[in-house]
Amino acid sequence: MTVGLLGRKIGMTQIFDAERRVVPVTVIKAGPCIVIQKKTMGTDGYDSIQVGFEDMPERLVNKPMMGHFKTKGMSPKRTLREFRIKKLAEEYNVGDIINADIFKVGQRVNVIGITKGKGFAGVIKRHGFSGGKDTHGSMFHRAPGSIGQSSQPSRTLKGTKLPGRMGNKQNTVKNLRVVMVDAEQGILLVRGAVPGHKGVLLTIKSSV
Amino acid sequence: MNQIIDKVTEGQLKKDIPQFSSGDTVKVQLKITEGNKERLQDFVGIVIRRRGSGIQKTFTVRRVSFGVGMEKVFPLHSPSIEKIDVQRHGKVRRSRLYYLRQLSGKAARIKEDRHR
Repeated sequence: MTVGLLGRKIGMTQIFDAERRVVPVTVIKAGPCIVIQKKTMGTDGYDSIQVGFEDMPERLVNKPMMGHFKTKGMSPKRTLREFRIKKLAEEYNVGDIINADIFKVGQRVNVIGITKGKGFAGVIKRHGFSGGKDTHGSMFHRAPGSIGQSSQPSRTLKGTKLPGRMGNKQNTVKNLRVVMVDAEQGILLVRGAVPGHKGVLLTIKSSV
Repeated sequence: MNQIIDKVTEGQLKKDIPQFSSGDTVKVQLKITEGNKERLQDFVGIVIRRRGSGIQKTFTVRRVSFGVGMEKVFPLHSPSIEKIDVQRHGKVRRSRLYYLRQLSGKAARIKEDRHR
């Protein structure tokens, strides 16, 4: 595993590529992330680096977290994430800044985010059920239908697809192509859509 | 729109686009690549719609050739468009000229607006 980057979704637009084709892109404000802590096999049982993203006013930070930042000599960060790392652990030190330039144009990345909440959704929207006919005397429209048999097993099986809360959960979109990297401005463009509404926190990792 | 998005697309926006609107007759010169040769193709017709904003702005050109109606949607800022030539300003009372699809021959004419 290599190191990833945290960012915020700005929105979607389109650009023209070298072959003059329209490419749909998502604009991400990515980084800078700062290395807060290094965890190693010896002390923590696994290798990883902990990175912080976005400054946070000191009055909002609780005391245990403040202590964590103080011992490292850092200003408090809003978000902390860990990236599991094997051999690369030596390459990063506490206080190092990770920018969007860890990604190259053309590279494939996975983007992780929280999807838009859809509220309490029925089975057609939530699970893609077909539903029944609206007309022609049909009395079955958007209901889930049968959810199990009678006396045997006399219960609804676990995992049966039913209505409920949809969205607002973590999702990963894999193998998005990096279209543009501007490390100075912290702008990353990936081809296609990523989970969530504008302003959502995203984790961007290399696909391989 | 968002400032960051504007900045990303800024470099690709064309600055030398002539003024035209729905009802105008335009000639669009399109770059066509065949193998490694590049040539220009003209598409002449009436603009029946302009939509979108920024880099996503498009316009639709309608023409009737050999009795068959044909519409093409062009991204206004597309690098494939070599040049847009405004040949005639039309006098129309709406921005979306979908009614032209129902008309043919003399009825599908648009009066020229000589004051623009």
